[in-house]
Amino acid sequence: MSIDINTVRKVAKLARIRTTDAETEVLSGELSKILKMIEQLNEVNTDGVEPMTSVIEMKMPEREDKVTDGGIPEKILANAPEHTAGFFVVPKVVE
Amino acid sequence: MKNLTTLTIKEALIGLKKKEFTAVELTEAHIKAAEAARHLNCYITETFDLARKQAKESDARYAKGTAGLLDGIPVAMKDLFCTEGIQTTAASNILKGFKPPYESTVSANLWRDGATMLGKANLDEFAMGSSNTTSAFGNVINPWRSKNHDKPLVPGGSGGGSAAAVAARIAMGATGTDTGGSIRQPAAFCGIAGIKPTYGRCSRFGIVAFASSLDQAGPTARTSEDCALMLQSMAGYDPKDSTSVNRPVPEYSKSIGQSVKGLKVGVPKEYRIDGTNPEIIKLWEKGVQMMKDAGAEIVDVSLPHTKYALQTYYVIAPAECSSNLARYDGVRFGLRVEGDNLVDTYEKTRAEGFGKEVKRRILIGTYVLSAGYYDAYYNKARSVRKLIWQDFINAYQKCDVLLTPTVPTPAFAIGENMQDPVTMYLNDVFTIPASMAGMPGMSLPVGLSSDGLPLGLQLLGKPFDEETVFKVAHVIEKAANFTALPQSLMSKAA
Repeated sequence: MSIDINTVRKVAKLARIRTTDAETEVLSGELSKILKMIEQLNEVNTDGVEPMTSVIEMKMPEREDKVTDGGIPEKILANAPEHTAGFFVVPKVVE
Repeated sequence: MKNLTTLTIKEALIGLKKKEFTAVELTEAHIKAAEAARHLNCYITETFDLARKQAKESDARYAKGTAGLLDGIPVAMKDLFCTEGIQTTAASNILKGFKPPYESTVSANLWRDGATMLGKANLDEFAMGSSNTTSAFGNVINPWRSKNHDKPLVPGGSGGGSAAAVAARIAMGATGTDTGGSIRQPAAFCGIAGIKPTYGRCSRFGIVAFASSLDQAGPTARTSEDCALMLQSMAGYDPKDSTSVNRPVPEYSKSIGQSVKGLKVGVPKEYRIDGTNPEIIKLWEKGVQMMKDAGAEIVDVSLPHTKYALQTYYVIAPAECSSNLARYDGVRFGLRVEGDNLVDTYEKTRAEGFGKEVKRRILIGTYVLSAGYYDAYYNKARSVRKLIWQDFINAYQKCDVLLTPTVPTPAFAIGENMQDPVTMYLNDVFTIPASMAGMPGMSLPVGLSSDGLPLGLQLLGKPFDEETVFKVAHVIEKAANFTALPQSLMSKAA
């Protein structure tokens, strides 16, 4: 299979990355090449093989459900492009 | 006084203990060397004043007799490790100016043991690359030059700045992260040693995430013993990383100098692939002979799914990256490009903030995870990953450690292998399988190519058996006696 220009547009929209028409065209070629390589996996028989999630067999550790952190809004906001009154500021989302 | 930048970490620690020189002198020598080697572009951010302050504190500890494992040793920190209050960029425009409000566990462990930080080392953007040519802060130049042409060479990637700094003697050691070969491949290209420990050995807390089921931190340095010392400091259980493994950290440096008599060394036939430089095949055979001479037994093994590791990687790593990099939205940190509305702001920010390779990987990852393709690509790749892992487990029934080349070629010139992404990806064919399986892997400098460039061999160990890897590494190192220096240093010495 190949990734045509419309598919690139759709995926770029899902990934929230703006692409120009010229970029979309180049990406279509590059991503198709990568996909072609990936499709060699179809040669492998994986019947009955459980997909792997973690290379290390371990139980997900649990900790006590209590607050261990917090009270540092200034530190959290220090890197924000824009903030006010303890909040992150974004463009208006409700009309 | 002798040139302090030529010492190994081990030698420097002995000198510091004997008060032959001070930590301040050692750090100053490296700062001076780093200033003279700025053209290599190893550091994104230099932290010389911090290093001076840390070195002074280190000298105080030596005076009091409370010095730690790496006290006074100047290192480079890959700019993927968050360092509190110090710019951490992941070599991306999207994180330019980002000053983390916390410290990564691995870097905190190194400071606990007294290391000093010279700077944040350059890398491929978000650690995605094999040549350090995707950094938003410029290419890193390999301190080695070919005998046959004058073109600057890549240091490998993603940890090109770390490896070039150690090879150019402007840092004694450096941290790295390895997702598909980012410690081992640059180590091979720059003629130094580097180890990716078992997945779960080092905490991932505070490391800018790329592919979380693969990312693992490790050191790069000039000898196996130096790597052992650094890993001892970096490794350990951390409740802040749920995939960090709770088991004691061995004293890795004790493995150095132990006999390999009777040890079974596996040689996987699938690593003889077309397109491998014949000099590298010869070097591999030399490595096998070194092991025989040291009394080890050579065993032929098979890892039948090796040839699918690269394809598996280019599904799983991009899938995880597309998810991890969703956080860069121009709201809470990093770059923001204002748009007409929130979605427009996201799209413009990410279009401008990410470089080409990062975008390619996010897009391919988004594609393989999208509705209708999830089973065909993502789950398929996860099943093949299981088979790759099983191959290693089967091989380790017959041997204790595997010996392979690290990379199919020596370092190439900047600009080569750029025509299409797949050619570049082939650089990682020998390093990716162990990443997919979570096994420890180490690259060692063993010889020079006919054009005078370093070539490396790779050792792959059983899960959490870094000790055997170090033991074997030291034996090869002694037999290989790799003493060649990069041309950048030879001309200075002359």
